[in-house]
Amino acid sequence: MNEPSEGPAWVKARRRRSIAIAIALGAFVIIVFIVTILRMRGHVADIGF
Amino acid sequence: MTETTVPVAAPARWQDYVELLKPRVMSLVVFTALTGLACARTPMNPLLAAIAILCIAVGAGAAGALNMGFDSDIDAMMRRTRHRPVPSGRVQRSDALALGVVLSLFSVGLMALATNLVAAGLLAFTIFFYAVVYTLWLKRSTPQNIVIGGLAGALPPVIGWAAASGTTPLNAWLLCAIIFLWTPPHFWALSLYVKDDYAAAGVPMLPVVKGAAATRRAILYYSVALVALAQAPAATGLGGASYLAVASAGGVIFLVLAGRLARSNAGDEAGGAQGLYQVKGPKEARDLFAFSIAYLFLLFAALLAERFIGLAPLLK
Repeated sequence: MNEPSEGPAWVKARRRRSIAIAIALGAFVIIVFIVTILRMRGHVADIGF
Repeated sequence: MTETTVPVAAPARWQDYVELLKPRVMSLVVFTALTGLACARTPMNPLLAAIAILCIAVGAGAAGALNMGFDSDIDAMMRRTRHRPVPSGRVQRSDALALGVVLSLFSVGLMALATNLVAAGLLAFTIFFYAVVYTLWLKRSTPQNIVIGGLAGALPPVIGWAAASGTTPLNAWLLCAIIFLWTPPHFWALSLYVKDDYAAAGVPMLPVVKGAAATRRAILYYSVALVALAQAPAATGLGGASYLAVASAGGVIFLVLAGRLARSNAGDEAGGAQGLYQVKGPKEARDLFAFSIAYLFLLFAALLAERFIGLAPLLK
C-alpha cells in the first residue's frame, strides 16, 4: 500500500476528515435517539404514507 | 487482486468520498425503494419512512464504496472508470473499503432499529450480494455476471416494501422482477460500446465472450420479457390505467429500439469509447441505453404518482 506523504495539506485534510466523521457520528446518535422515541411512542404520528 | 493505487500529491477532497458512494446509482435506488415503500399502502410514521429510505441510500452507497475498493484493479484499466477516486490515487483502497464496511453496519443497524428485521436483513443481503457475490465473483467469472448480479439492484423496492409493512408480497417481488429483467438490456447496451475496455480489463462481459451479435439478440429477448412483465402490475392490482399507458407506450418504444439494435452491427467494430456520450459509435446501443433509464424511471414514477394522487388500481 502506498501511503500518502505527510505534508501540511495532508494534515489539514485529515483534520477536515476527522471533523466530518465527528459530525456524522453526532448525526447518527441524534437519529438513533429520534427513532427510539418514535418507536416508544407507538407511532403516535401515524398519518399514512 | 493487484494493487493499483499510486501515490499522489493532493489529499482527497470530500467530493471524492461522495463519488465513492456512486450517487447516480444511489438516486435510482432511492427512487425505486420509495416506490416500493409507497406501494405497500401501509400507514407509517413519515419520519421513520424517511429514515428507512436514508438507510437504503446509505446502504447502496456502502455497496458502491466496497465495489470501488474491490474493483480498483479493473477500474484502473478501463477508460470509463480510471478517473474514479481509488484508481486515480485520490483515495486509498483501504479507506474506500473501510468506508463501505462502516456505512454497511450503520445502515443495516439503523434499519433494524427504525423498521423491522425483514427490511434490515434484506438490506444486508443486498449489500453482501453486490459487494461480494457480484463484484468479487460473478463480474470476474461469467458473462452472466450482470444477469445474476442484477438482483442486487432489483431488491430496493422489496426492501422499501418490507420497511413499511414487514412483509414481502408478490407485488413487491414483481417490482423486483421488472428491474431484474431491465438490467441485462440496459448494461449490455452499454457494454456494446465499451466492450474494448472490458476486454482490456479481462472482464467477461457478454460481448467480449460471446460476441456482439449474440449480445444484440440477448438484449432483444430480455427486452421482450421485460416489456411483457412490465404490463403485469396492471393485472395484479399494483398499477392503474396511467401505469398501463406508460408501460405499454414505453414498451413499444423499448421494443422498437431493441429491434433496431438487433438488426444493426453495433459492437462489431473496435470502438474508441471514452465516455458514455462522447463517442460516435453505435448509436443504436446508446439510444437503447438512454431510453432504458427513462423507461424504468417512468414505470416507477407512474406507480408513485398513482399512489400519491390516489388513483385506484385497475384491479383490487
